[in-house]
Amino acid sequence: MNDSSNNSGFSSIPPPAGGGGGAGSGEAVQIYETPGGGIVLSKLDDVINWARSNSLWPLTFATSCCGIEMMAVASAKYDFSRFGFEVARASPRQADVIIIAGTIVNKMAPVLKRLYDQMADPKYVIAMGACAISGGPFFYNTYSVVKGADHVIPVDVYVAGCPPRPEALLHALISLQEKIKSGLTREQIQVPKPTAAGDKLHQL
Amino acid sequence: MTTEELKIHITELLPAATFEEGGEWLNINVEPKDWHSIALQLRNDPALFFDYLFCVTCIDWKTHLTMVYHVSSTKYRHCIVIKAKLDAAAPAIETVSDIWQTANFNEREAYEMFGVNFINHPDLRLLILPDGWEGKRPMLKDFEDPVNMIKL
Repeated sequence: MNDSSNNSGFSSIPPPAGGGGGAGSGEAVQIYETPGGGIVLSKLDDVINWARSNSLWPLTFATSCCGIEMMAVASAKYDFSRFGFEVARASPRQADVIIIAGTIVNKMAPVLKRLYDQMADPKYVIAMGACAISGGPFFYNTYSVVKGADHVIPVDVYVAGCPPRPEALLHALISLQEKIKSGLTREQIQVPKPTAAGDKLHQL
Repeated sequence: MTTEELKIHITELLPAATFEEGGEWLNINVEPKDWHSIALQLRNDPALFFDYLFCVTCIDWKTHLTMVYHVSSTKYRHCIVIKAKLDAAAPAIETVSDIWQTANFNEREAYEMFGVNFINHPDLRLLILPDGWEGKRPMLKDFEDPVNMIKL
């Protein structure tokens, strides 16, 4: 992944002389030098984040009844392809976002971890429903359920419900898009660079 | 056959059987030691023709266990339920996997979840639980797992 995409949308570094883009164009790409010796193309990052956020392909991963709601969101009435979740992919190699739709049991946990590891960067995770958030109805008195999918893989967006309404999942998907566009997903802020902008991101 | 007709026919076939009222289907209580021969009779009787065992369940009553078998006939479309009371300390009953093949996996599940020993079962080992599962059977009421379980 391009390192520069970790630093989008900051404005505290003054552009170096001659770093501007085409003459007379306010929307031109701005080139910034970073202390590490690299350069940052801030406007390009915005474009990249915009493009990524509008083409998120979910992995078909449903482990219980939340999967039915996820299918409802995928089908004609709610239709998440309106927002760029175009097609659900059955292979983690082609998926950008994994929607954990259902209970994760101890036997499933290594499988979920492997699927997540097989997905190509950048990748995002939505925990859908009470089971994926905390174990939900299976929190107490069960030997087999993982009490929250975030014990296994990191999660970007949580959506509450048992199961959540399709509208709630759509809201979560749009929230993830907003997060990507603002450059604030877990992956985008994971390795902050030692810059003033990095400090600023830390404070957020 | 209707439930009443089944009851009359089975009383003739198995005079020792006792019945339980109140269910959707005819409930028959049997002794565990008689179960295999009764199952054979139910399977082979031309008027009953119970050729499909569609559910094997175990219930933990704390004082004892109950094995519950649901059988139906694909020819006559009638169903009955057979129950056998097992000792809680050493639950054991003869397998019926030689009569109905579906019993093979269902009995393995009852074995791993409740610890029921199915005598003469051809392949009595864990079905769903991970390999090397130690300790008590997780579906028993007094099961405890201090590592994975949060008690309410």
